Amino acid sequence: MRGMDYIIKRTIFALITVFVTISLNFVLFRAVPGSAVSGLKCLHCTKQFKEAITKQYGLDKSKWEQYVVYLQRLAHGDLGTSIADNRPVWDDIKQPLLNTLPMIAVGTIVSILLGVLSGVIAAWRRGTKLVDTGNMWTALTFYAAPTQWIGLLVIFYVAIPLGLPAAGISSNTLGLFGSASEWAILQDRFNHLLLPALTLGIGLYGEYSLIVRSSMLETLGEDYVLTARAKGLPNWAIVWKHGLRNAMLPLITLIALSLGYIVAGAIVVEDVFSYPGIGLATIDALNKRDYPVLEGIFLVLTLAVIAANFVADILYFVFDPRVTT
Amino acid sequence: MSTAVETAAQAELADQPISPRHGFIRSVVFGQPACFVGVSVVIAFTLIAIFAPLLEPYSVTQQVGKVYQPPSSQHWLGTDDGGIDVFSELIAGARVSMLVGFAGAAVAMLIGGLVGLISGFYGGKSDIFLMRITDYFLVIPDVPLMIVAAAIFGRSLTNIIIIIGVIYWTSTARLIRAQVKSVRERVYVKRARALGAGNRRLMRSHVLPQVTPLLIANTVLMIATAIFAETYISFLGLGDPSTISWGRMIQNSLQGGAIFYKAWWAIIPPGLMVTIIILASTMVGTSIEDALNPRLKVGHLSVRRFRLRPLVGRPGAD
Repeated sequence: MRGMDYIIKRTIFALITVFVTISLNFVLFRAVPGSAVSGLKCLHCTKQFKEAITKQYGLDKSKWEQYVVYLQRLAHGDLGTSIADNRPVWDDIKQPLLNTLPMIAVGTIVSILLGVLSGVIAAWRRGTKLVDTGNMWTALTFYAAPTQWIGLLVIFYVAIPLGLPAAGISSNTLGLFGSASEWAILQDRFNHLLLPALTLGIGLYGEYSLIVRSSMLETLGEDYVLTARAKGLPNWAIVWKHGLRNAMLPLITLIALSLGYIVAGAIVVEDVFSYPGIGLATIDALNKRDYPVLEGIFLVLTLAVIAANFVADILYFVFDPRVTT
Repeated sequence: MSTAVETAAQAELADQPISPRHGFIRSVVFGQPACFVGVSVVIAFTLIAIFAPLLEPYSVTQQVGKVYQPPSSQHWLGTDDGGIDVFSELIAGARVSMLVGFAGAAVAMLIGGLVGLISGFYGGKSDIFLMRITDYFLVIPDVPLMIVAAAIFGRSLTNIIIIIGVIYWTSTARLIRAQVKSVRERVYVKRARALGAGNRRLMRSHVLPQVTPLLIANTVLMIATAIFAETYISFLGLGDPSTISWGRMIQNSLQGGAIFYKAWWAIIPPGLMVTIIILASTMVGTSIEDALNPRLKVGHLSVRRFRLRPLVGRPGAD
């Protein structure tokens, strides 16, 4: 079966990419001459103290030995120890990751809904000034606007007038008078998640809209669409059942592939809304110069994107078995 | 205005029936209104950036008014959280943002163009090797990598430019490689080789000129990407601390509590500038690309222009 060939090829590529990423991660964080310890400046940092830490982190060994130790520890799921709070890095970034995931999920769903809806309508009403051209310029503008700026505008023009929460992940007053019910906590969480997700969705929808439109235009020109029309099917059936189903093909993989941009958007959006996710954790680690944590976050994010790329490759094959190379 | 532009374009075309390369870019710029507007905006912003010190009405390092003063006849766009004139900051920011945009795009174009040229021209093992590296670079998410690199290598303007260039060369490399591969097989190149032209001469005089318009289009698009990247880096506090850029102004408005003061004049202008310049360079870049390759206009073949990654390792996606 030729399909297996393709899947094996993609798997090998993904595995090599993971290895390259891990190695790059190792090199990047040790590229600066001198070790993290030699640059340390503090009151109790005597020579003996520095030597002790150097030994503790294994920095006295050769780079190759360090690399081997690094790989061994990663294989055991050990991402190292945070310098700032002396906890394992994974414990530090687990909760932020869990906070970010629902936000990214809602944001992506918002952007897909907006993008598909506006793209399909624009393709159906192609050539019209108001709908098609209007949608193109709106989409292009949102695509061109920096996500963090959209976030600020959302706070300014949406959050404040509507009284929606624009910072943090939960209200301080929630558990003040007796314990809150599960439902109230969930609702509070959702309220806090809404605006960051909305910002992420708006920032991403532009490119989806443009891609859906051009993909739809191509599909609507196909013979089977003409046949469907000749059969006297209603417009909505032609567009949604015959058109969009086939136009979705490139979109499915493109969404998976755009995870890198979703991650980038999430980082700045979380900064704007002080949403305690992986983005805020990144900024926190940056400010504290906590390199082990930064290293761990970078590794986790990169692996997530590689995984998404791999899934996209496989999905592409599932939806379009003609791809075999 | 458009009729005047069109006649000018026709005159251009009539004047230069030969010289396909220079005439081509010119005919696109003058022939398509969207492209003409885009080029005008880019040139205007560049001029503002060059003459920034002469244009700033106030110093951007000194407090010239009260904190968050609303727009007035003295301060057209009010003042920010440090009492600094926002309009002056906007002009000074143009300088840094445009510099990062142009220089970052130039670095990316240089690396990408070179890798694409060598990979496409020589083919064989060097092609496989270089494209593998490109594939790995494409998969790594750019913004986290940028953050890490900026954090490790320091926060100077030069570093930021190099980082942006080193991260964004991949799409250029793939594009140029595909183009070079097709040009290499053309008859006139083979004829030149038969006449005794060496590889270097072939590349310089016969292949490179043919891919130049594409390279220009790609560079213009890259300017947008680089400016965008700069706003990310500055917003996360990793920009050059001694300079003011549009990205830094957006960060300042968040940190300085512009929302709390309802100071829309400190929030809206910098983001608007970034949006305008990115729209402008996208229009220019895509217009040239569409004219070069009409297939790009239709279908999802044009995904690359929306900054999405090509399907890695799939030859058909080139």
